[in-house]
Amino acid sequence: MGPEAFAREEQAGDSFRIGAVALLAALSVLPILVMLSTSLKTQRQIFSGGFSFLMLPTFENYRQVLEGRFLGYLGNSIVVSVIATVVTLVFGTMCAYAISRFTFSGRSPIAISTLLVRTIPPAVLAIPAYFILTPLHLDGLAGLTISYVALNLPFTIWLLYGFIEQVPTELEEAATVDGCGPFRLFFTLIVPLLKPGLAAAAIFTFRIAWNELVLASILTNRTSRTLPYGVYLFITDVGIDWGQLMAAGMLVALPPLVFTFVAARQIIMGLTDGAVKG
Amino acid sequence: MQNQLGVSRRLTPYVFAAPAVLVMLFGLLYPVVDALRLSFYEVRLGEQITPQAFRGLAIFAEALSDSSNLKSMAVTLEFSVVVVVVEMAVGTGLALILEKPLRGMRVFRTLLVLPMMIAPICVGLIWRYMFDVNVGPINSVLAGFGLQPAWLAESGLAFFAICVTDVWQFTPFVFILALAGLQGLDQSCVEAARMDGASAFQIIRYVKIPLLAPILMITILMRLIDALRGLEVVYAMTNGGPGLSTELFSLHIYKSAFVTQRMGHSAALSVCLLVVTTALSVLLLAWSNPLRQRGR
Repeated sequence: MGPEAFAREEQAGDSFRIGAVALLAALSVLPILVMLSTSLKTQRQIFSGGFSFLMLPTFENYRQVLEGRFLGYLGNSIVVSVIATVVTLVFGTMCAYAISRFTFSGRSPIAISTLLVRTIPPAVLAIPAYFILTPLHLDGLAGLTISYVALNLPFTIWLLYGFIEQVPTELEEAATVDGCGPFRLFFTLIVPLLKPGLAAAAIFTFRIAWNELVLASILTNRTSRTLPYGVYLFITDVGIDWGQLMAAGMLVALPPLVFTFVAARQIIMGLTDGAVKG
Repeated sequence: MQNQLGVSRRLTPYVFAAPAVLVMLFGLLYPVVDALRLSFYEVRLGEQITPQAFRGLAIFAEALSDSSNLKSMAVTLEFSVVVVVVEMAVGTGLALILEKPLRGMRVFRTLLVLPMMIAPICVGLIWRYMFDVNVGPINSVLAGFGLQPAWLAESGLAFFAICVTDVWQFTPFVFILALAGLQGLDQSCVEAARMDGASAFQIIRYVKIPLLAPILMITILMRLIDALRGLEVVYAMTNGGPGLSTELFSLHIYKSAFVTQRMGHSAALSVCLLVVTTALSVLLLAWSNPLRQRGR
Protein backbone atom coordinates (compact mmCIF):
# COMPACT_ATOMS: atom_id res chain seq x y z
CA MET A 1 0.00 0.00 0.00
CA GLY A 2 1.47 3.34 -1.09
CA PRO A 3 1.52 6.35 1.22
CA GLU A 4 -1.36 7.99 -0.67
CA ALA A 5 -3.66 5.01 -0.31
CA PHE A 6 -2.67 4.87 3.34
CA ALA A 7 -3.54 8.54 3.83
CA ARG A 8 -6.86 8.03 2.07
CA GLU A 9 -7.72 5.11 4.32
CA GLU A 10 -6.69 7.14 7.33
CA GLN A 11 -9.02 9.93 6.21
CA ALA A 12 -11.93 7.50 5.71
CA GLY A 13 -11.30 6.19 9.22
CA ASP A 14 -11.35 9.72 10.56
CA SER A 15 -14.68 10.58 8.98
CA PHE A 16 -16.13 7.34 10.31
CA ARG A 17 -14.93 8.26 13.77
CA ILE A 18 -16.27 11.80 13.55
CA GLY A 19 -19.60 10.38 12.37
CA ALA A 20 -19.70 8.00 15.34
CA VAL A 21 -18.96 10.73 17.90
CA ALA A 22 -21.47 13.06 16.24
CA LEU A 23 -24.15 10.38 16.49
CA LEU A 24 -23.35 9.87 20.16
CA ALA A 25 -23.50 13.62 20.82
CA ALA A 26 -26.82 13.82 18.97
CA LEU A 27 -28.24 11.05 21.16
CA SER A 28 -27.16 13.00 24.24
CA VAL A 29 -28.68 16.26 23.10
CA LEU A 30 -31.87 15.07 21.40
CA PRO A 31 -33.95 14.40 24.55
CA ILE A 32 -32.99 17.85 25.87
CA LEU A 33 -34.16 19.37 22.58
CA VAL A 34 -37.41 17.43 22.97
CA MET A 35 -37.88 19.16 26.33
CA LEU A 36 -37.12 22.55 24.77
CA SER A 37 -39.49 22.09 21.82
CA THR A 38 -42.32 20.77 24.01
CA SER A 39 -41.96 23.79 26.28
CA LEU A 40 -42.57 26.03 23.27
CA LYS A 41 -45.72 24.23 22.06
CA THR A 42 -49.36 24.83 22.77
CA GLN A 43 -51.40 22.24 24.63
CA ARG A 44 -53.15 21.36 21.37
CA GLN A 45 -49.92 20.80 19.45
CA ILE A 46 -48.63 18.50 22.19
CA PHE A 47 -51.75 16.37 22.28
CA SER A 48 -52.50 16.23 18.56
CA GLY A 49 -51.02 12.80 17.77
CA GLY A 50 -47.43 12.29 16.76
CA PHE A 51 -44.38 14.08 18.11
CA SER A 52 -42.72 16.60 15.84
CA PHE A 53 -40.05 19.26 16.16
CA LEU A 54 -42.08 21.43 13.76
CA MET A 55 -44.19 24.13 15.42
CA LEU A 56 -44.90 27.79 15.82
CA PRO A 57 -42.99 28.54 19.02
CA THR A 58 -44.93 30.29 21.77
CA PHE A 59 -43.74 31.49 25.16
CA GLU A 60 -47.19 31.05 26.65
CA ASN A 61 -46.07 28.13 28.86
CA TYR A 62 -43.19 30.15 30.30
CA ARG A 63 -45.50 33.08 30.95
CA GLN A 64 -47.95 30.89 32.85
CA VAL A 65 -45.22 29.13 34.83
CA LEU A 66 -43.69 32.42 35.94
CA GLU A 67 -47.05 33.85 36.92
CA GLY A 68 -47.54 31.34 39.74
CA ARG A 69 -45.41 30.69 42.79
CA PHE A 70 -42.56 29.65 40.56
CA LEU A 71 -40.92 33.07 40.56
CA GLY A 72 -40.59 32.84 44.35
CA TYR A 73 -39.05 29.36 44.07
CA LEU A 74 -36.60 30.75 41.52
CA GLY A 75 -35.56 33.44 44.00
CA ASN A 76 -35.13 30.87 46.79
CA SER A 77 -33.02 28.65 44.56
CA ILE A 78 -30.75 31.51 43.56
CA VAL A 79 -30.25 32.63 47.19
CA VAL A 80 -29.53 29.12 48.50
CA SER A 81 -27.23 28.11 45.64
CA VAL A 82 -25.19 31.31 45.62
CA ILE A 83 -24.69 31.43 49.39
CA ALA A 84 -23.89 27.71 49.57
CA THR A 85 -21.35 28.08 46.76
CA VAL A 86 -19.54 31.06 48.30
CA VAL A 87 -19.39 29.54 51.79
CA THR A 88 -18.27 26.14 50.45
CA LEU A 89 -15.46 27.71 48.44
CA VAL A 90 -14.14 29.82 51.33
CA PHE A 91 -14.29 27.02 53.94
CA GLY A 92 -13.18 24.33 51.49
CA THR A 93 -10.12 26.20 50.23
CA MET A 94 -9.03 27.01 53.79
CA CYS A 95 -9.36 23.38 54.84
CA ALA A 96 -7.56 22.13 51.73
CA TYR A 97 -4.73 24.54 52.51
CA ALA A 98 -4.45 23.23 56.06
CA ILE A 99 -4.28 19.64 54.84
CA SER A 100 -1.78 20.45 52.13
CA ARG A 101 0.62 22.75 53.98
CA PHE A 102 0.58 21.91 57.67
CA THR A 103 1.39 18.86 59.74
CA PHE A 104 -0.89 18.84 62.75
CA SER A 105 -2.54 16.19 64.86
CA GLY A 106 -5.96 15.71 63.37
CA ARG A 107 -4.71 16.15 59.82
CA SER A 108 -5.03 12.46 58.87
CA PRO A 109 -8.43 11.94 60.55
CA ILE A 110 -9.78 15.03 58.79
CA ALA A 111 -8.30 13.95 55.47
CA ILE A 112 -9.54 10.36 55.63
CA SER A 113 -13.01 11.18 56.91
CA THR A 114 -13.61 13.85 54.27
CA LEU A 115 -12.66 11.25 51.67
CA LEU A 116 -15.13 8.77 53.14
CA VAL A 117 -18.10 11.08 53.58
CA ARG A 118 -17.98 12.02 49.88
CA THR A 119 -20.46 9.24 49.18
CA ILE A 120 -23.12 9.60 51.89
CA PRO A 121 -26.48 9.18 50.11
CA PRO A 122 -28.80 12.20 50.48
CA ALA A 123 -31.61 9.82 51.46
CA VAL A 124 -29.58 8.84 54.55
CA LEU A 125 -29.30 12.49 55.58
CA ALA A 126 -32.92 13.38 54.90
CA ILE A 127 -34.47 11.51 57.85
CA PRO A 128 -32.21 12.79 60.66
CA ALA A 129 -31.96 16.23 59.02
CA TYR A 130 -35.68 16.61 59.61
CA PHE A 131 -35.36 15.66 63.30
CA ILE A 132 -32.25 17.74 63.88
CA LEU A 133 -33.04 20.94 62.01
CA THR A 134 -36.74 21.37 62.79
CA PRO A 135 -36.33 21.80 66.58
CA LEU A 136 -33.52 24.31 65.93
CA HIS A 137 -35.86 26.25 63.61
CA LEU A 138 -33.32 25.65 60.88
CA ASP A 139 -35.76 24.01 58.53
CA GLY A 140 -36.26 26.14 55.46
CA LEU A 141 -33.57 27.94 53.53
CA ALA A 142 -30.98 28.27 56.33
CA GLY A 143 -30.92 24.55 57.09
CA LEU A 144 -30.92 23.73 53.41
CA THR A 145 -27.92 25.99 52.82
CA ILE A 146 -25.98 24.43 55.71
CA SER A 147 -26.74 20.94 54.38
CA TYR A 148 -25.56 21.87 50.89
CA VAL A 149 -22.32 23.35 52.21
CA ALA A 150 -21.69 20.14 54.18
CA LEU A 151 -22.52 17.94 51.17
CA ASN A 152 -20.22 19.88 48.85
CA LEU A 153 -17.23 20.43 51.12
CA PRO A 154 -15.59 17.00 50.67
CA PHE A 155 -15.45 17.25 46.87
CA THR A 156 -14.33 20.88 46.98
CA ILE A 157 -11.59 20.17 49.53
CA TRP A 158 -10.10 17.41 47.41
CA LEU A 159 -10.37 19.27 44.13
CA LEU A 160 -8.60 22.31 45.59
CA TYR A 161 -6.08 20.17 47.47
CA GLY A 162 -4.84 19.04 44.05
CA PHE A 163 -4.42 22.63 42.93
CA ILE A 164 -2.71 23.80 46.12
CA GLU A 165 -0.23 20.94 45.90
CA GLN A 166 0.88 22.33 42.54
CA VAL A 167 1.73 25.75 44.00
CA PRO A 168 5.45 25.77 44.83
CA THR A 169 6.10 26.35 48.55
CA GLU A 170 9.05 28.67 47.81
CA LEU A 171 6.58 31.52 47.26
CA GLU A 172 5.19 31.15 50.76
CA GLU A 173 8.60 30.74 52.33
CA ALA A 174 9.74 33.97 50.73
CA ALA A 175 6.60 35.79 51.86
CA THR A 176 6.96 34.45 55.42
CA VAL A 177 10.54 35.68 55.60
CA ASP A 178 9.23 39.08 54.56
CA GLY A 179 6.95 38.99 57.61
CA CYS A 180 3.66 38.14 55.93
CA GLY A 181 1.19 36.43 58.31
CA PRO A 182 -0.43 33.12 57.38
CA PHE A 183 -3.89 34.53 56.68
CA ARG A 184 -2.77 37.46 54.58
CA LEU A 185 -0.46 35.08 52.76
CA PHE A 186 -3.32 32.67 52.09
CA PHE A 187 -5.84 35.22 50.84
CA THR A 188 -3.50 37.48 48.88
CA LEU A 189 -0.94 35.02 47.55
CA ILE A 190 -2.46 31.51 47.36
CA VAL A 191 -6.12 32.12 46.54
CA PRO A 192 -5.43 34.16 43.37
CA LEU A 193 -3.30 31.28 42.05
CA LEU A 194 -6.19 28.82 42.45
CA LYS A 195 -8.61 30.52 40.07
CA PRO A 196 -9.08 27.59 37.64
CA GLY A 197 -9.70 25.19 40.53
CA LEU A 198 -12.06 27.63 42.24
CA ALA A 199 -14.00 28.02 39.00
CA ALA A 200 -14.45 24.26 38.65
CA ALA A 201 -15.39 23.88 42.31
CA ALA A 202 -17.87 26.76 42.05
CA ILE A 203 -19.62 25.19 39.08
CA PHE A 204 -19.92 21.79 40.75
CA THR A 205 -21.12 23.21 44.05
CA PHE A 206 -23.62 25.54 42.45
CA ARG A 207 -24.94 22.77 40.27
CA ILE A 208 -25.46 20.33 43.14
CA ALA A 209 -27.24 22.95 45.26
CA TRP A 210 -29.31 24.11 42.31
CA ASN A 211 -30.38 20.58 41.30
CA GLU A 212 -30.95 19.04 44.75
CA LEU A 213 -34.41 17.68 45.43
CA VAL A 214 -34.45 15.19 48.30
CA LEU A 215 -33.43 17.42 51.20
CA ALA A 216 -35.29 20.36 49.67
CA SER A 217 -38.55 18.43 49.56
CA ILE A 218 -38.28 17.75 53.30
CA LEU A 219 -36.82 20.94 54.69
CA THR A 220 -38.89 23.50 52.78
CA ASN A 221 -42.52 24.56 52.81
CA ARG A 222 -44.75 26.57 50.48
CA THR A 223 -42.82 29.78 50.90
CA SER A 224 -39.29 28.44 51.14
CA ARG A 225 -39.53 25.91 48.30
CA THR A 226 -36.73 25.69 45.74
CA LEU A 227 -37.04 24.99 42.02
CA PRO A 228 -36.53 21.21 41.60
CA TYR A 229 -39.36 20.32 43.97
CA GLY A 230 -41.42 23.14 42.49
CA VAL A 231 -41.07 21.46 39.10
CA TYR A 232 -42.06 18.11 40.53
CA LEU A 233 -45.29 19.64 41.84
CA PHE A 234 -46.44 20.22 38.24
CA ILE A 235 -47.15 16.48 38.18
CA THR A 236 -50.65 16.17 39.65
CA ASP A 237 -53.11 13.35 40.05
CA VAL A 238 -55.42 15.00 37.55
CA GLY A 239 -52.91 14.86 34.74
CA ILE A 240 -49.80 16.50 33.41
CA ASP A 241 -49.70 19.78 31.54
CA TRP A 242 -46.62 18.80 29.56
CA GLY A 243 -46.08 22.25 28.09
CA GLN A 244 -45.86 23.97 31.46
CA LEU A 245 -43.93 21.10 33.03
CA MET A 246 -41.30 21.25 30.30
CA ALA A 247 -41.11 25.05 30.50
CA ALA A 248 -40.49 24.76 34.25
CA GLY A 249 -37.94 22.01 33.58
CA MET A 250 -36.12 24.19 31.05
CA LEU A 251 -35.83 27.00 33.60
CA VAL A 252 -34.19 24.58 36.06
CA ALA A 253 -31.95 23.06 33.40
CA LEU A 254 -30.81 26.38 31.93
CA PRO A 255 -28.05 27.50 34.34
CA PRO A 256 -26.21 24.14 34.31
CA LEU A 257 -26.50 24.04 30.50
CA VAL A 258 -25.04 27.55 30.20
CA PHE A 259 -22.20 26.73 32.61
CA THR A 260 -21.36 23.63 30.63
CA PHE A 261 -21.00 25.59 27.41
CA VAL A 262 -19.03 28.38 29.07
CA ALA A 263 -16.68 26.22 31.15
CA ALA A 264 -16.61 22.79 29.51
CA ARG A 265 -12.91 22.37 30.16
CA GLN A 266 -13.16 22.91 33.91
CA ILE A 267 -16.17 20.61 34.13
CA ILE A 268 -14.46 17.76 32.32
CA MET A 269 -11.41 18.25 34.49
CA GLY A 270 -13.60 18.10 37.60
CA LEU A 271 -15.22 14.90 36.36
CA THR A 272 -12.00 13.12 35.42
CA ASP A 273 -9.64 14.52 38.06
CA GLY A 274 -10.13 11.94 40.80
CA ALA A 275 -10.22 8.90 38.56
CA VAL A 276 -7.47 9.58 36.05
CA LYS A 277 -4.84 11.21 38.21
CA GLY A 278 -5.71 9.67 41.55
CA MET B 1 6.83 36.95 72.97
CA GLN B 2 8.67 34.12 71.23
CA ASN B 3 6.45 31.62 73.01
CA GLN B 4 3.27 33.44 72.01
CA LEU B 5 4.31 33.32 68.38
CA GLY B 6 4.92 29.58 68.63
CA VAL B 7 1.44 28.96 70.04
CA SER B 8 -0.27 31.03 67.37
CA ARG B 9 1.74 29.26 64.68
CA ARG B 10 0.66 25.89 66.03
CA LEU B 11 -2.95 27.04 66.07
CA THR B 12 -2.89 28.25 62.47
CA PRO B 13 -3.81 24.94 60.74
CA TYR B 14 -6.70 24.42 63.16
CA VAL B 15 -8.08 27.86 62.37
CA PHE B 16 -7.87 27.07 58.66
CA ALA B 17 -9.53 23.68 59.01
CA ALA B 18 -12.11 24.49 61.70
CA PRO B 19 -14.94 26.11 59.68
CA ALA B 20 -15.14 23.26 57.17
CA VAL B 21 -14.76 20.61 59.85
CA LEU B 22 -17.49 22.13 62.02
CA VAL B 23 -19.97 22.35 59.13
CA MET B 24 -19.25 18.75 58.12
CA LEU B 25 -19.60 17.56 61.72
CA PHE B 26 -22.98 19.26 62.02
CA GLY B 27 -24.26 18.61 58.49
CA LEU B 28 -22.92 15.13 57.77
CA LEU B 29 -21.59 13.28 60.79
CA TYR B 30 -24.24 14.29 63.32
CA PRO B 31 -27.11 13.26 60.98
CA VAL B 32 -25.45 9.91 60.32
CA VAL B 33 -25.03 9.22 64.03
CA ASP B 34 -28.60 10.35 64.60
CA ALA B 35 -29.85 8.01 61.86
CA LEU B 36 -28.15 5.18 63.72
CA ARG B 37 -29.86 6.22 66.98
CA LEU B 38 -33.25 6.58 65.27
CA SER B 39 -32.96 3.14 63.75
CA PHE B 40 -33.43 1.64 67.24
CA TYR B 41 -36.77 3.37 67.81
CA GLU B 42 -40.24 2.67 66.50
CA VAL B 43 -41.23 6.23 65.76
CA ARG B 44 -43.52 7.89 63.24
CA LEU B 45 -43.14 11.25 61.54
CA GLY B 46 -44.06 14.07 63.92
CA GLU B 47 -43.78 11.90 67.05
CA GLN B 48 -41.31 12.47 69.89
CA ILE B 49 -38.68 9.81 70.47
CA THR B 50 -39.55 8.23 73.84
CA PRO B 51 -37.76 5.47 75.79
CA GLN B 52 -40.90 3.34 75.41
CA ALA B 53 -40.41 3.30 71.66
CA PHE B 54 -37.00 1.64 71.98
CA ARG B 55 -36.87 -1.62 70.03
CA GLY B 56 -33.12 -1.97 69.52
CA LEU B 57 -31.90 -4.29 66.83
CA ALA B 58 -35.38 -5.76 66.46
CA ILE B 59 -36.10 -3.06 63.89
CA PHE B 60 -33.20 -4.23 61.76
CA ALA B 61 -34.41 -7.83 61.96
CA GLU B 62 -37.89 -6.72 61.00
CA ALA B 63 -36.63 -4.48 58.19
CA LEU B 64 -34.47 -7.21 56.73
CA SER B 65 -37.30 -9.73 56.66
CA ASP B 66 -39.93 -7.38 55.23
CA SER B 67 -40.76 -8.50 51.71
CA SER B 68 -41.11 -5.04 50.19
CA ASN B 69 -37.64 -4.10 51.45
CA LEU B 70 -36.16 -7.27 50.01
CA LYS B 71 -37.93 -6.65 46.71
CA SER B 72 -36.51 -3.13 46.57
CA MET B 73 -33.01 -4.45 47.30
CA ALA B 74 -33.36 -7.00 44.50
CA VAL B 75 -34.55 -4.31 42.06
CA THR B 76 -31.62 -2.09 43.06
CA LEU B 77 -29.09 -4.90 42.64
CA GLU B 78 -30.46 -5.82 39.22
CA PHE B 79 -30.59 -2.18 38.14
CA SER B 80 -27.01 -1.44 39.27
CA VAL B 81 -25.58 -4.53 37.60
CA VAL B 82 -27.44 -3.94 34.31
CA VAL B 83 -26.62 -0.25 33.96
CA VAL B 84 -23.00 -0.54 35.11
CA VAL B 85 -22.29 -3.45 32.75
CA VAL B 86 -23.92 -1.72 29.76
CA GLU B 87 -22.32 1.65 30.48
CA MET B 88 -18.86 0.17 31.01
CA ALA B 89 -19.05 -1.97 27.86
CA VAL B 90 -20.41 0.78 25.59
CA GLY B 91 -18.39 3.62 27.12
CA THR B 92 -15.06 1.77 27.13
CA GLY B 93 -15.72 0.26 23.69
CA LEU B 94 -16.40 3.66 22.18
CA ALA B 95 -13.32 5.11 23.84
CA LEU B 96 -11.15 2.36 22.33
CA ILE B 97 -12.59 3.04 18.85
CA LEU B 98 -12.37 6.79 19.13
CA GLU B 99 -9.10 6.98 20.99
CA LYS B 100 -7.16 8.99 18.42
CA PRO B 101 -7.45 12.76 18.94
CA LEU B 102 -10.20 14.03 16.65
CA ARG B 103 -10.93 17.42 15.21
CA GLY B 104 -13.94 18.95 16.99
CA MET B 105 -13.72 16.49 19.87
CA ARG B 106 -13.94 19.34 22.37
CA VAL B 107 -17.37 20.40 21.10
CA PHE B 108 -18.65 16.83 21.09
CA ARG B 109 -17.38 16.27 24.61
CA THR B 110 -19.27 19.34 25.79
CA LEU B 111 -22.49 17.99 24.30
CA LEU B 112 -21.86 14.57 25.86
CA VAL B 113 -21.71 15.89 29.43
CA LEU B 114 -24.99 17.81 29.19
CA PRO B 115 -27.17 14.88 30.41
CA MET B 116 -25.05 14.65 33.56
CA MET B 117 -25.18 18.36 34.29
CA ILE B 118 -28.91 19.06 34.23
CA ALA B 119 -31.01 18.33 37.32
CA PRO B 120 -31.85 14.63 37.79
CA ILE B 121 -35.46 15.70 38.23
CA CYS B 122 -35.35 17.15 34.68
CA VAL B 123 -33.85 13.92 33.37
CA GLY B 124 -36.72 12.00 34.96
CA LEU B 125 -39.33 14.33 33.49
CA ILE B 126 -37.78 14.31 30.02
CA TRP B 127 -37.81 10.51 29.89
CA ARG B 128 -41.25 10.26 31.43
CA TYR B 129 -42.35 12.31 28.44
CA MET B 130 -40.21 10.32 25.98
CA PHE B 131 -41.82 7.09 27.17
CA ASP B 132 -45.34 8.51 27.53
CA VAL B 133 -47.83 6.10 26.04
CA ASN B 134 -49.94 8.72 24.26
CA VAL B 135 -47.86 11.80 23.50
CA GLY B 136 -44.29 10.49 23.83
CA PRO B 137 -41.88 10.71 20.88
CA ILE B 138 -40.88 7.04 21.23
CA ASN B 139 -44.40 5.76 20.77
CA SER B 140 -44.98 8.32 18.09
CA VAL B 141 -42.22 6.58 16.10
CA LEU B 142 -43.39 3.08 17.05
CA ALA B 143 -46.94 3.92 15.98
CA GLY B 144 -45.64 3.67 12.40
CA PHE B 145 -45.08 -0.03 13.09
CA GLY B 146 -48.44 -0.47 14.74
CA LEU B 147 -46.89 -0.68 18.23
CA GLN B 148 -48.12 1.23 21.27
CA PRO B 149 -46.36 -0.22 24.35
CA ALA B 150 -47.43 1.18 27.74
CA TRP B 151 -43.81 1.72 28.80
CA LEU B 152 -44.20 3.02 32.32
CA ALA B 153 -47.30 1.01 33.23
CA GLU B 154 -45.85 -2.48 32.82
CA SER B 155 -43.23 -3.77 35.28
CA GLY B 156 -40.76 -5.19 32.78
CA LEU B 157 -41.00 -2.27 30.39
CA ALA B 158 -40.79 0.28 33.20
CA PHE B 159 -37.61 -1.36 34.51
CA PHE B 160 -36.21 -1.29 30.98
CA ALA B 161 -37.13 2.40 30.70
CA ILE B 162 -35.29 3.44 33.87
CA CYS B 163 -32.23 1.47 32.70
CA VAL B 164 -32.31 3.23 29.30
CA THR B 165 -32.48 6.57 31.08
CA ASP B 166 -29.48 5.83 33.28
CA VAL B 167 -27.49 4.51 30.33
CA TRP B 168 -28.33 7.70 28.40
CA GLN B 169 -27.22 9.85 31.29
CA PHE B 170 -23.99 8.14 32.30
CA THR B 171 -22.46 6.28 29.35
CA PRO B 172 -20.71 9.54 28.37
CA PHE B 173 -19.18 9.64 31.87
CA VAL B 174 -17.55 6.24 31.33
CA PHE B 175 -16.57 7.24 27.79
CA ILE B 176 -14.86 10.45 28.91
CA LEU B 177 -12.98 8.79 31.78
CA ALA B 178 -11.85 5.87 29.61
CA LEU B 179 -10.79 8.26 26.85
CA ALA B 180 -8.79 10.41 29.27
CA GLY B 181 -7.19 7.23 30.60
CA LEU B 182 -6.30 5.95 27.12
CA GLN B 183 -4.78 9.25 26.08
CA GLY B 184 -2.66 9.22 29.22
CA LEU B 185 -1.32 5.70 28.62
CA ASP B 186 2.37 5.10 28.19
CA GLN B 187 2.53 4.87 24.39
CA SER B 188 5.84 3.01 24.44
CA CYS B 189 4.10 -0.18 25.67
CA VAL B 190 1.61 0.02 22.79
CA GLU B 191 4.45 0.71 20.33
CA ALA B 192 6.47 -2.22 21.64
CA ALA B 193 3.51 -4.58 21.23
CA ARG B 194 2.95 -3.30 17.70
CA MET B 195 6.63 -3.86 16.83
CA ASP B 196 6.28 -7.42 18.09
CA GLY B 197 3.51 -7.92 15.55
CA ALA B 198 0.50 -7.87 17.87
CA SER B 199 -2.84 -7.32 16.12
CA ALA B 200 -5.06 -4.37 16.99
CA PHE B 201 -7.31 -6.69 18.97
CA GLN B 202 -4.39 -8.24 20.85
CA ILE B 203 -3.09 -4.78 21.72
CA ILE B 204 -6.46 -3.85 23.18
CA ARG B 205 -6.91 -7.13 25.00
CA TYR B 206 -3.41 -7.62 26.40
CA VAL B 207 -1.94 -4.11 26.61
CA LYS B 208 -4.52 -1.35 26.77
CA ILE B 209 -7.19 -2.97 28.96
CA PRO B 210 -4.71 -4.14 31.62
CA LEU B 211 -3.05 -0.71 31.69
CA LEU B 212 -6.47 0.90 31.90
CA ALA B 213 -7.72 -1.46 34.62
CA PRO B 214 -7.27 0.89 37.60
CA ILE B 215 -9.24 3.67 35.91
CA LEU B 216 -11.96 1.23 34.82
CA MET B 217 -12.16 -0.10 38.37
CA ILE B 218 -12.51 3.42 39.78
CA THR B 219 -15.17 4.21 37.19
CA ILE B 220 -17.15 1.09 38.08
CA LEU B 221 -17.04 1.97 41.77
CA MET B 222 -18.07 5.58 41.15
CA ARG B 223 -21.00 4.44 39.00
CA LEU B 224 -22.08 1.81 41.54
CA ILE B 225 -22.05 4.33 44.38
CA ASP B 226 -24.03 6.81 42.28
CA ALA B 227 -26.56 4.17 41.26
CA LEU B 228 -27.14 3.46 44.97
CA ARG B 229 -27.43 7.12 45.93
CA GLY B 230 -29.76 8.41 43.25
CA LEU B 231 -33.51 8.52 43.52
CA GLU B 232 -34.73 11.69 41.78
CA VAL B 233 -34.86 10.28 38.25
CA VAL B 234 -37.02 7.34 39.23
CA TYR B 235 -39.05 9.52 41.57
CA ALA B 236 -40.05 11.67 38.60
CA MET B 237 -40.40 8.85 36.05
CA THR B 238 -42.33 6.10 37.82
CA ASN B 239 -42.24 6.84 41.57
CA GLY B 240 -41.14 3.23 41.98
CA GLY B 241 -44.08 1.69 40.18
CA PRO B 242 -45.84 -0.17 38.80
CA GLY B 243 -45.90 -2.17 42.02
CA LEU B 244 -42.31 -2.12 43.27
CA SER B 245 -40.77 -2.89 39.89
CA THR B 246 -38.66 0.29 39.75
CA GLU B 247 -38.39 1.06 43.47
CA LEU B 248 -34.67 1.74 43.88
CA PHE B 249 -33.48 1.45 47.47
CA SER B 250 -32.83 5.16 48.03
CA LEU B 251 -36.34 5.92 46.82
CA HIS B 252 -37.71 3.16 49.03
CA ILE B 253 -36.01 4.70 52.08
CA TYR B 254 -37.38 8.12 51.20
CA LYS B 255 -40.90 6.79 50.72
CA SER B 256 -40.94 4.72 53.89
CA ALA B 257 -39.85 7.78 55.85
CA PHE B 258 -42.06 10.43 54.30
CA VAL B 259 -44.96 8.54 52.71
CA THR B 260 -45.50 5.57 55.05
CA GLN B 261 -43.89 7.72 57.77
CA ARG B 262 -42.13 4.91 59.63
CA MET B 263 -39.03 6.86 60.61
CA GLY B 264 -37.22 4.23 62.70
CA HIS B 265 -37.79 1.56 60.11
CA SER B 266 -36.60 3.86 57.37
CA ALA B 267 -33.56 4.93 59.40
CA ALA B 268 -32.63 1.26 59.81
CA LEU B 269 -32.80 0.81 56.03
CA SER B 270 -30.73 3.95 55.53
CA VAL B 271 -28.05 2.60 57.87
CA CYS B 272 -27.90 -0.58 55.74
CA LEU B 273 -27.50 1.54 52.60
CA LEU B 274 -24.81 3.61 54.28
CA VAL B 275 -22.84 0.48 55.18
CA VAL B 276 -22.84 -0.61 51.53
CA THR B 277 -21.92 2.79 50.05
CA THR B 278 -19.21 3.30 52.67
CA ALA B 279 -17.74 -0.12 51.91
CA LEU B 280 -17.62 0.80 48.21
CA SER B 281 -16.13 4.14 49.17
CA VAL B 282 -13.34 2.45 51.16
CA LEU B 283 -12.65 0.25 48.15
CA LEU B 284 -12.54 3.37 45.97
CA LEU B 285 -10.01 4.90 48.35
CA ALA B 286 -7.84 1.83 48.07
CA TRP B 287 -7.67 2.40 44.31
CA SER B 288 -7.50 6.15 44.29
CA ASN B 289 -6.23 8.05 47.28
CA PRO B 290 -5.22 11.64 46.59
CA LEU B 291 -3.14 11.70 49.78
CA ARG B 292 -1.02 8.68 48.94
CA GLN B 293 -0.84 9.41 45.23
CA ARG B 294 0.82 12.76 45.73
CA GLY B 295 3.50 11.18 47.82
CA ARG B 296 2.56 12.27 51.30
